[in-house]
Formats: sequence, C-alpha cells, structure tokens
Amino acid sequence: MAKKSKKNIVLMQGNEAIARGAIAAGVNFFAGYPITPSTEVAEILSIELPKNGGKFIQMEDEIASISAIIGGSLAGAKVMTATSGPGFSLMQEGIGYAKITETPCVVVNVMRGGPSTGLPTKPSQSDIMQTRWGSHGDSPAIVLYPNSVLESYELSIRAVNLAEKYRTCVILLSDEVLGHMREAIEIPEIDESKIIKRIKPNTPPEWYKHYPENPKYISPVASIGEGYRFHVTGLTHDSFGFPTNRADEAEIMNDRLKKKITHHLDDLIQVEDYMMDDAKIAVFAAGITSRAAKEAVRNSRAKRHKVGMFRPLTIWPFPEQMIRDKFKDVKAVIVPELAEGQLLGELKRVLRKTNIKFYPIQKTNGELITPDDISEAIKEVRK
Amino acid sequence: MKIPQKRVHKFLRHGKKFPHVWCPGCSNGIVLGAIIRAVDELGYEKDDMAMVSGIGCSSRMPVYVDFNTLHTLHGRALAYATGVKMVKPEMNVCVVTGDGDSTAIGGNHLIHAARRNIDLTVIVINNNIYGMTGGQYSPTTPTGDFATTTPYGNIDPVFDICKLAEGAGATFVARTTAYHVVEAQSIIKQAFEHKGFSIVEIVSACPVIYGKLNKKGDAPAMMRDMKERAIPVKAFEKLTPEQVGNKYSRGILVNIKKPEYTAEYTKLMDSLQPQKGDK
Amino acid sequence: MSDKIEKHRDGMIIKDKNSTAKMEVEINEVKTEGDYKKCPVYIYHDWCKKCGICVEFCPTGALASKPDGSPYVKAPEKCIHCELCDRLCPDFAITGAKR
Repeated sequence: MAKKSKKNIVLMQGNEAIARGAIAAGVNFFAGYPITPSTEVAEILSIELPKNGGKFIQMEDEIASISAIIGGSLAGAKVMTATSGPGFSLMQEGIGYAKITETPCVVVNVMRGGPSTGLPTKPSQSDIMQTRWGSHGDSPAIVLYPNSVLESYELSIRAVNLAEKYRTCVILLSDEVLGHMREAIEIPEIDESKIIKRIKPNTPPEWYKHYPENPKYISPVASIGEGYRFHVTGLTHDSFGFPTNRADEAEIMNDRLKKKITHHLDDLIQVEDYMMDDAKIAVFAAGITSRAAKEAVRNSRAKRHKVGMFRPLTIWPFPEQMIRDKFKDVKAVIVPELAEGQLLGELKRVLRKTNIKFYPIQKTNGELITPDDISEAIKEVRK
Repeated sequence: MKIPQKRVHKFLRHGKKFPHVWCPGCSNGIVLGAIIRAVDELGYEKDDMAMVSGIGCSSRMPVYVDFNTLHTLHGRALAYATGVKMVKPEMNVCVVTGDGDSTAIGGNHLIHAARRNIDLTVIVINNNIYGMTGGQYSPTTPTGDFATTTPYGNIDPVFDICKLAEGAGATFVARTTAYHVVEAQSIIKQAFEHKGFSIVEIVSACPVIYGKLNKKGDAPAMMRDMKERAIPVKAFEKLTPEQVGNKYSRGILVNIKKPEYTAEYTKLMDSLQPQKGDK
Repeated sequence: MSDKIEKHRDGMIIKDKNSTAKMEVEINEVKTEGDYKKCPVYIYHDWCKKCGICVEFCPTGALASKPDGSPYVKAPEKCIHCELCDRLCPDFAITGAKR
C-alpha cells in the first residue's frame, strides 16, 4: 500500500469515487445490473454496503433495478442505482415514476458510445438530452455532471442530498473515461450536518398528507412501516396520494413537480467560470471534455488571448440566466462535446437573442476531444 | 338501529370511494375480502402490512386497503416489493397482480423473485384477460377463446402459472378459485405464514368482458364453472387424462422449505461484523 | 340514516334503482345479537351491483332477487348464518351475522 501521507490522499477510480460518495451521503440500499462502464460502482457497493448496515442486490434487469430502489426508498432507505446508456434507456419509465411519486433516488449514468450497444468501452456525452426528456411526459430533471474523480465523489454526495431534499430522482452523469480513470485525491472530511436527513412528518398519522400543498413545495415524508399507511401511485394523485382525474388536482400536482425545481435554481445550479470575466471567446464544455477545454484556455491565456471557459456542473436545470450574464460581451463560443450538438442546441436556444457565433467541435467515434482540437478552433475563431 | 359493520371494514380505507371500481360480479372484490379476512385471522398489525400492485383491474386493490400501499408500474410490482422487503424485512409484503401483469410484462420479475425465494406473498388474480384495457387476451387466455385481440380465436398456448412459479423455485405454490372463497382465505393465510416466496393463483371471473366475449354467462354461471372444474389436488392426481379434460387442480401444490433471501442476506451482513474477539 | 334503509328490516323494501343516499359508515365491532333474530342478513344497496352471486350461492335459498336484480331476504328463517353471502359478495354489500 502506498505510504499514506498525513492527509488522506488516495489513488481512486472515478466509479469508486461515486460509490464511496454514495456511502458518505448515507446510501444504504443499492440495486443494480452489470453494464460496462458502470459495473465498478455496483461491485464496490456490494463489498462496502453489507459491512456497515447497508444492503446490495443485483436484480434481473435495469427495469427491476430502478423499481427495487424506488421500493427501497419508500421503505426508508437512501438509494442508488448505476447504469450506462442501454440500461438508462430501460430505466426511463421508472425514473418518471420516481418523479411523480416524489420518491428520492439517485440514478448514475456512466455514458458510453452510442447509439444502441455502440462503443461500450469508449466515452460519449450523447445521453444529455435523454436525461432531460427520456421519460414520457413533462417532469423537470436534476442532473449533475462532474469532470474529475474528486468531483465524482462530491457530486455523488450532492446527488443523494438533492434527491432527499427535493424528493425526486436525481441523475448523476459520468462517462467511460471519467468513470475508469484514476486520480490521486484527498478525500474531504464529511461534515455530518451537510448530509441531508429525510424530514420526518410531525403530524399524527391520520392527518398526514404524503403530498401536501405547501409553498416551499418540499414537505416531510414518512416511510413504509412507520404507522402512516399512505398510498403511492403512478397515477396523477391528490394530496393524500389517491388517484384523481380532476383537472384542478392534476394541476396542483404538476405545478408542484415543476416549481419544486424552478423555484430553487440558485440552490440547484452549480457552474465553473474559468476566466470568463473579460473573455471575448468562450468555450462551453462539460464533463471529460471540459478538462481539455481548460487546458486550451490556459494555453491561450498564456498568449494573452481573451479566452474563457464556462462549465455547468448542473446540466439540468440548465443554467440559463448565468449563461446570459456571463456571455454578455462574448463574441464567439466554441462548444466541444462528444455528441451531435446536444449541449450546442440548448446553448443556442439560451443565447438566441445575441449575435454570438457558435463553433461546434463534435466527436462521436469514441475518441476524446483534445486540447489541441480546441486550441485549433480558438485560432480559427480569432481570424 | 345502527347499520351493522362488517369485520372487513376495519381494513378498508373510508376516505376512499366505495362502491369500488370493479364491475358487477368481478372476483376482485371477493379476493380482497379473502385477503383481509386472512390478515384479520392472523392478527397482523395494519402498520406491518404492505400491499404492492402493478397495473390492471386487480392492481387497483391497494387503494382500498388501510395498509402501506404501493400502486406501481405494469409488471413491476414484484421488483418494487423486492426493494421494500430488502429494506424492511419485518414488513408483511403482499403483492397483488393479474395474469397479464405477472406472467406477460412482469414474467421476468416473477421468475427471479421466485428463484430468490424472497419472502413475498403473491396473489395472482387470474381472470384470463386484460380487463382494464378492454379485453385483450393474456398468456392465460385459453387456446381457442375470444378476446378483442383474438377475434378469430386464440392460437396461443397457455401458461400454467403454478408450474411456472414452481419451476422458477417458488417454495409455496397454491391454486384456488374465487368460488372456493373459504379455501382461498385459508390458503392465503398459510401463504402469509410461509417464510419464502409464496404464490397463490386465484382463478377469477371477468363476466363483463371475458365472460361476454366467450358466452360464459353471468358471474354466478362463471363461478358455477369454477365449482365444477376445480378439483382438490388429491383427487385430481387420481384422474386419468381423459377424465381431466378441462378440469384443473386446486389446493396447495408446493410447500417446501428453502433458505429465505432476506434472512440469508442478514446472515451475510452479520458475518461481516467484527466478532467480539477481533481487533 | 335515510328512511329507505330503515324500512328494510321488514324484508320487503321498494328501492329505486339509482339511489344516491350516501350512507355514513362508522367503524365498530359487528353487533351479533339483538336485532338480527328476525332478519340476520343486512344489505347495503348503495354498494350492491346486483351481480346475483349471493342469491345464487345461498345454500338454503334465504335470499332472492327482485325484478331489478337487487337481492333481498325472502326467507329470513331459512338463514343458517353460514356467511357465504358475506364472503362471496364482491362489493362488501351484504353482511351475514354469526350465530
């Protein structure tokens, strides 16, 4: 074992960081199904969970996995599942169920080359729109996307916290490279007060409403077997959780599902603004691609070019207002992504009222976009 | 004079809309009554009961009972119930599902939950049709019968739910009918007491759709049919193939002991705790 | 309690098909003695969907159907308190009384 310095420095894999972050956040039930490149998350949790009171189960498929964790969450556990593209597609109905029933859970999607079976051992960023619109119907999404092993650890904790706090399904994105690469990281001390515990109801059972109308849209929640005997259904439901066909009750429910997210953007949105203040050219990138972007920006800044990088850690809700503010005097934006313009399309929508020029760099052959690719583009744009 | 209360009212949700949603003569109400009477007889606490269902006529049952209730997705009840049982093994988890819900879309979860022998009590209400969506055929619609999607008669071979579950590893398998409601109640009671995967197929009547499409008569006629064709398993085994004809066996078909999944996992967790002596 | 229900105890009751009388149903133990001597079976007509199962399978023929299909106690003295009607009713709309 490498000599451990005073500080808690460990060489860790991205997927392992997600697993350990989950444990740090209090996840005590994981149900999953093997799929490259996310299997390590399951393997590590199958070792760690039973050691300290948690439980792991490998289900028969991804649909069963998302179903099992929602059942487990309703029974009071903090839950997670991890998958990749093909499994993520199978989980869409379940994700929708978790959202309408407002049941906290975290789905990790370690993105790989698509479409279909695609490039299982190669990275991609082509599930971004699926994380927003994958499940049928309108339901807002909370999707986080780290770009390092340390951030995988931190955002894993944050995903579990946000799921508990907003009583919804939070999706933690990663990709094959981020998931499989190793970095030496210092495991941050966990401040227990930062770990969100489920707010318990304090009303007597007969008065308990599983979905009360309250302005903060977030309410205490009871679990199965605690004497509250509430009803949970995927049908549109009233404040007691019983199915309803009434338009007014449907409106209240849908309104809550939406406003729970749209009224808490400042709590949900996290971005990295790297030298954007005086940037004329911006690079908009996320996840693994943003590491190359930062390198390219650093090199350009060395030559005193006014270039900056903007990186959303929260993909959804999309940081629209922040982008508009930061891109006020940007002339051109380079959008490198391992997909065919999924982030580009969203950015264009947000900046439609400006005359910023867009320079996409897109690779879907499994290769990474390199710092040189981006520096090349910067040179091009400066002409 | 006070209006008398039925014993089952203690378990029904009064805020809920009664009369319930099922059609006249549908067996779902009978099965719900049998389940509640079994729970009443066992003296289980309402707080310890969880009822999980998928989608379909029978899956509208949980909304009426004053348990911890979960109305999940079509075919996925068993996977949700597995999650509930894993996290809270002390709960009595009852899964209510239909023939399509459990053997068509939910088939994969059925055979794996049975294979694991996880302690769930599964009540399959087999009315041989997809009632909620208006009468399409299901994996148990008899060959030759009519449904809205077998206008020329069903050519599909049929699942035997009990053999399917037994083959997958279920340790308590029973079949009864909505007519034999006293037997059903006793079997459901034993299914709850059984530590392991217990499945009870309840042959049910769907007079309004399946009955009409196949000219089986009204609800009483369909239940008379159950009375004639369901033969106690002991007697059934003595019948020669010709005598069997369209009859089927009822009663407890499998009742064996195998390690229960959540108990095994708890043992595994305990084995990982540092024993007293360890550093 | 609406008067329509009150008259039921004499066995003959003319009840219009689509009664909307919502009945307040309280929770307490089933009373088994006293007023059941004469008419041991009680029917909630608001819940009964007239499927005919109870009448069909009453072992002693104590129950019968009216022209509109709704059950009534034709021969209270024949009732042997077997509660088969209670268990076989899909709508929880009939309650037999234990001996």
